[in-house]
Amino acid sequence: MVEIIVSFFLLAGAGFALIGSIGLARMPDFFTRLHGPTKATTLGVGGMLIASATHFSTGPGTSLHEVLVTMFLFMTAPVSAHLVSKAAMHLDGSFTEERRGGGDSTREDAD
Amino acid sequence: MSRLMPQPVISVALLVTWLLLNNGVSAALLVSGVVLAVGVPLFTQHFWPEYVRTVRLVPLVRLVGIVIHDIVIANLRMVVLILGPVSRLRPQFIVIPVSLNEPFAITLLASIISLTPGTVSANLSGDRRSLLVHDLNVEDPDTAVQRIKERYERPLMEIFE
Repeated sequence: MVEIIVSFFLLAGAGFALIGSIGLARMPDFFTRLHGPTKATTLGVGGMLIASATHFSTGPGTSLHEVLVTMFLFMTAPVSAHLVSKAAMHLDGSFTEERRGGGDSTREDAD
Repeated sequence: MSRLMPQPVISVALLVTWLLLNNGVSAALLVSGVVLAVGVPLFTQHFWPEYVRTVRLVPLVRLVGIVIHDIVIANLRMVVLILGPVSRLRPQFIVIPVSLNEPFAITLLASIISLTPGTVSANLSGDRRSLLVHDLNVEDPDTAVQRIKERYERPLMEIFE
């Protein structure tokens, strides 16, 4: 029974991580590509961590390291995505102060 | 009390982190944990420019629930978007006017936006009044902005202000 639960979460997590990577490869421009990695960490790694916690908690003793891994991932993933996108905007000369959110303009894409 | 523990929330977080790292509770771990929980905030006191004092717990728990729910549901929707034809995507930048004042709350808002699938926060304007967000599939920019403000910013205001 435990094996079924663990395998389910492992497969689900791996599946989401895979789809995140496919997204990274398929998306047409920089900012759409950025969506893949930030998302793969949330549900992909989340699924694997649930599997890990279940597996190591059903034997003797419990395993709570996974809670910490989740916390640190959730703290760091958005920060790195934010920094990467900021760097991209600095490199792309077409981002004027207005386009960075100073004004009310929105735009179609960023390539 | 406040001189010994200038940052009670951080002290508690440190203690819990310490116990989780060691994967258990024992007298020795508790003592060393308390030493860390009191010592680290005292030594790093000058690195904390401002500090959120009041946090309402009930809206906090509700927000955590909303965010986890959204991560799961929206991730499934993202799978369809990513594997479907790329031409069907309508990626767009949207600008979210920020009503929060607390810098920490704004950080949380930007992080939540990045963690929930479909949106990545890209830039916060210098005056901390608007947040540039890249959305993978926008049907209507105004509804997208309203949704984020309603779902995430309002609970954050209830928690911190």
